[in-house]
Amino acid sequence: MKHATFFWFFLPTGLAMLFFIGFSMVSVLTQSIFAPHEAVLKEVETCTPLVGCTTETTVDHAATAEKRAAQPLGRFVGLDIYFDRGHLAVQEVAEIWATASGGGDFWDRLYNLPFYRAMAFTLVFTFVVTPFVILLGLMIALAVNALHARLRGLMIFFSLLPFVVTPLIGGLVLFWMFDSRGILGSALQYLAGDPDLSLKASTSLMWISIIIWGIWHAAPFAFVIFYAGLQTLPQDQIEAARIDGASRWQQVRYVVVPHLMPLVTFVALIQLMDNFRVFEPVVAFNASAHANTLSWFIYNDLSGETRQLSSASATSVMTIIGVAILLAPVLVRSWRDFKGKV
Amino acid sequence: MFLKKFALTGAMLALTSTTALAGGHGCEIGARVSIVGNEFPAIQTVGAEAAKCSGGEVSTNLTADHQKINVPGMQGDPAEYTSAIIANSSIVALMNEDVIRPLDDLVAKHGGALSKNQLITIDGKVMAVAFMANAQHLMYRKDILADLGIAPPASYEAMLEAAEMIRSKGIMENPIGGAYKAGWNLAQEFNNMFLGYGGAHFKAGTAEPSVNSEAGVNTLNMMKALSGYMNPDFLTHDSNATNAEYRAGNVALLNMWGSRAATQTTAEGVTEEVKNGHAVAGPMTVGGGTTPASTLWWDGWTVAKNISDAEAEATFVALMNGIRPDLMSDEDVRTQAVWLIDGYEPTEAAVGVFEAAKMGTIAYPMLPYMGLMHTALGAELPDFMNGSESAEQTLADVEAAYVAAAKEKGFLQ
Repeated sequence: MKHATFFWFFLPTGLAMLFFIGFSMVSVLTQSIFAPHEAVLKEVETCTPLVGCTTETTVDHAATAEKRAAQPLGRFVGLDIYFDRGHLAVQEVAEIWATASGGGDFWDRLYNLPFYRAMAFTLVFTFVVTPFVILLGLMIALAVNALHARLRGLMIFFSLLPFVVTPLIGGLVLFWMFDSRGILGSALQYLAGDPDLSLKASTSLMWISIIIWGIWHAAPFAFVIFYAGLQTLPQDQIEAARIDGASRWQQVRYVVVPHLMPLVTFVALIQLMDNFRVFEPVVAFNASAHANTLSWFIYNDLSGETRQLSSASATSVMTIIGVAILLAPVLVRSWRDFKGKV
Repeated sequence: MFLKKFALTGAMLALTSTTALAGGHGCEIGARVSIVGNEFPAIQTVGAEAAKCSGGEVSTNLTADHQKINVPGMQGDPAEYTSAIIANSSIVALMNEDVIRPLDDLVAKHGGALSKNQLITIDGKVMAVAFMANAQHLMYRKDILADLGIAPPASYEAMLEAAEMIRSKGIMENPIGGAYKAGWNLAQEFNNMFLGYGGAHFKAGTAEPSVNSEAGVNTLNMMKALSGYMNPDFLTHDSNATNAEYRAGNVALLNMWGSRAATQTTAEGVTEEVKNGHAVAGPMTVGGGTTPASTLWWDGWTVAKNISDAEAEATFVALMNGIRPDLMSDEDVRTQAVWLIDGYEPTEAAVGVFEAAKMGTIAYPMLPYMGLMHTALGAELPDFMNGSESAEQTLADVEAAYVAAAKEKGFLQ
């Protein structure tokens, strides 16, 4: 394609991306390097029912409004928010590094900091769920493809259900089943012979539950992509392989999988991105005591009575950077393939 | 009693008769009213009664997520919501952002039916009108305690003893209930206990935290001891889940919100045993202290700043209709809350909250930075509760998390 043609072809998409992605990224970046003004407080008399009048601290609105009018963006803090304890915790990490008695102690204390704890869970989740989703999706696709044509439609429908169900609802259903009075929770207690066994009280069991949810929810996505890919599989190649005496496993290994490889890359890309931003199961499973993620931090910062916009923005920027780092190897590979073809 | 009620009703009639004209309750407004607030029964009633006004559109958005939407919904000019129904914790966020208006002129004009203690006055200005009080206090199964021959616990130490007796007799495996869900609920239980041990969240007169203290450690150890008698899933149980356990007859003792006392036995599927055995008492003390391990709350309504004066007046009038004294003659409404409205006669379900007020329970702190402390507690306490950290380490983490947030928000340098 000529450059000029490409330019006009891409322009509408480019403009939409600039408006909907570019500007929001600039906005988030700006908000993360500015924080609210230093609070002007004053002591006032406060009267409430049943208690009477007491002296309480409150925000001085006149003084605050003046500050806001002078500097509407707030106070410039540079990268302070990124480096504070709620995020990269630079100072705390340096101190742990200097005083840790050994490797184990270092990791234990690092894990105590919210950002690193969230990263630990997020990365485990991402790198366990993604391969399992691809593998399971491929298996379902091969199985459904081998079915009689009349059965396929029905099976596709049922296989897709976990993906169709709203993530939060799916998570809640699983959460209630895992409850110590739920069907799975009670069954586990019976099997383990321990009436106090609780999936929700154990960090490792909670992680496993969320990972199972992740695989259950996303496998149909991989399945549908692979199933579509299987429909374009050249039959003559399969026949040739059969004539050469390839077993069923060998046909899959040497013909089907190489044919589906570009789709595997695509699914891996989307899954890495989605799994890194995992959020719904943490809410649905009430799992914040055991498993945190960056997305959950953003939600927590913005909800409730505190509304820490700067902190939420800094976490958003770090999420974007995290996704970029994760996708880099795959993107570099596709770029090389593209260059190779040209 | 009858005479007093009669007199009050008469006074009320005289007051409202000036506006009593067209149908229903005769509340006439001249502009739009839009109310955001929590969803529990008492607030539903206030919203529904406010919506009975005619002459202007009254819309309500009553949801458990009200705290996430009320500030953004009032920051615009004109504001989407003309009123937010809030409690003493959440008015702070509205005050911090300066989105509500002083009500003195409206109180003078339309607030005749209000009593002095309904007016939330900050710096000499009326900023909210309170209509109900709330506190967490003891709820228990009197049948079970009577069988064991023990009195309802007045302290958390006695609660532990009673729980041990119930468990050792094989009556219940996990006799204590508690809203210990990680986050807001768990932090609130910490606040209760911490104040009961005589703790103060901040160094006097500053925004510097002071939870990492002896009172803090005692608080955590007591919470840990209590959790030993709770359903093992306690870190995921909010008030609703805790009440479900109580209603199912799995729990005999719990510290629960007064606003839920009346509906505790009316839900579907409550067993006869629980219905007959349910009883309410005042809040418990802890560690030999005299201040109850609880906090006192009020719920009230505010009027937005960024709206026209006509809308503000309509909002005020409609909400006054939502809390008018003659509602107190409706038995259903009366049991929904501990109303601060004239003419309210306490029901049996209100005993706990009144007891809390009588015992000198401390009000939930209305400080601009208390929300940040609450959030930090909610995020860091689970580490101690699930046994992966010492009390001292957890409290140090709470302070560190709070300091980071307070620096960002400009409360600490």
